[in-house]
Amino acid sequence: MIQVTVNGAAQRFEAPLAVADLVQKMSLAGRRIAVERNGEIVPKSVHGSTLVADGDRLEIVVAVGGG
Amino acid sequence: MNDALLIAGKSYGSRLLIGTGKYRDFAQTRAAVEASGAEIVTVAIRRTNIGQNANEPSLLEALPPAKFTYLPNTAGCYSAEDAVRTLRLARELLEGHDLVKLEVLGDPHTLYPNMPETLKAAQQLVKEGFKVMVYCSDDPIQAKMLEDAGCVAIMPLASLIGSGMGILNPWNVQLVIDAVKIPVIVDAGVGTASDAAIAMELGCDGVLMNTAVAAAKDPVMMARAMKKAVEAGREAYLAGRMPKKLYTATPSSPTEGTISASRSKAA
Repeated sequence: MIQVTVNGAAQRFEAPLAVADLVQKMSLAGRRIAVERNGEIVPKSVHGSTLVADGDRLEIVVAVGGG
Repeated sequence: MNDALLIAGKSYGSRLLIGTGKYRDFAQTRAAVEASGAEIVTVAIRRTNIGQNANEPSLLEALPPAKFTYLPNTAGCYSAEDAVRTLRLARELLEGHDLVKLEVLGDPHTLYPNMPETLKAAQQLVKEGFKVMVYCSDDPIQAKMLEDAGCVAIMPLASLIGSGMGILNPWNVQLVIDAVKIPVIVDAGVGTASDAAIAMELGCDGVLMNTAVAAAKDPVMMARAMKKAVEAGREAYLAGRMPKKLYTATPSSPTEGTISASRSKAA
């Protein structure tokens, strides 16, 4: 069991998983998003190969209306 | 007339930049943006709502990035570090897009820029290859520092963000224009069309606004009005206004040939 923080909220997963799998589990697959892991950008091209580990902090963002 | 706005080597036909916040829905956002004629639109970067938005419409669908130049902002950031992180995320989100609007705020009451943090963030972003358009105070010395740091446009506030108070200190805006060579775009404070025209008449290269359009009773009509105001102000600036004459009237009609003998009636 690992615990990670996604957008400030704790999330538990049974085992370490790829960023792409986490995105899928969050129902965000296919959406225009960007991911940051522990303060560093995770480029889309490596979502499949980057593993999320216990204690990681992730930010998943979208573009919204703003000035 | 070829009078393009040149930012970081790219030319734009419209000198009105428009924000996409606070509209009723994406349809109204789109209608207002189209009515404004703006080519550059600002967007904010925010956390997704986890797990409850599978079919939620997306801004990127309402305003296709292929059709508009996105200007991701750092609204809500109170430190250089947060602003830099936000724009790195924006670049990843927008597939390498590097034209950005930097704003580092000082406090939530005034939303006034924190200039030391703004300068720090600008230097870092330029180092990382971003093209930085920067929200800043209307201070010509700070503006020059930001230009020297490598920013591509200086965007002073004309009054507080979202206040609609207009161009409160035209003298300072003028000083900023005189202080830098890169484009100066008034960012914040415009409330109605005449404010936008005044900014352009002062010699600003453009105007960026959001609330003035979004909070109008009829945002789409206001967007049209703003388009005309920016164009009118720009042309008035280029045309060169007549000199002001204090205390002395000058008639527009011929003073000779009036049918009255009395000079007092010639006007």
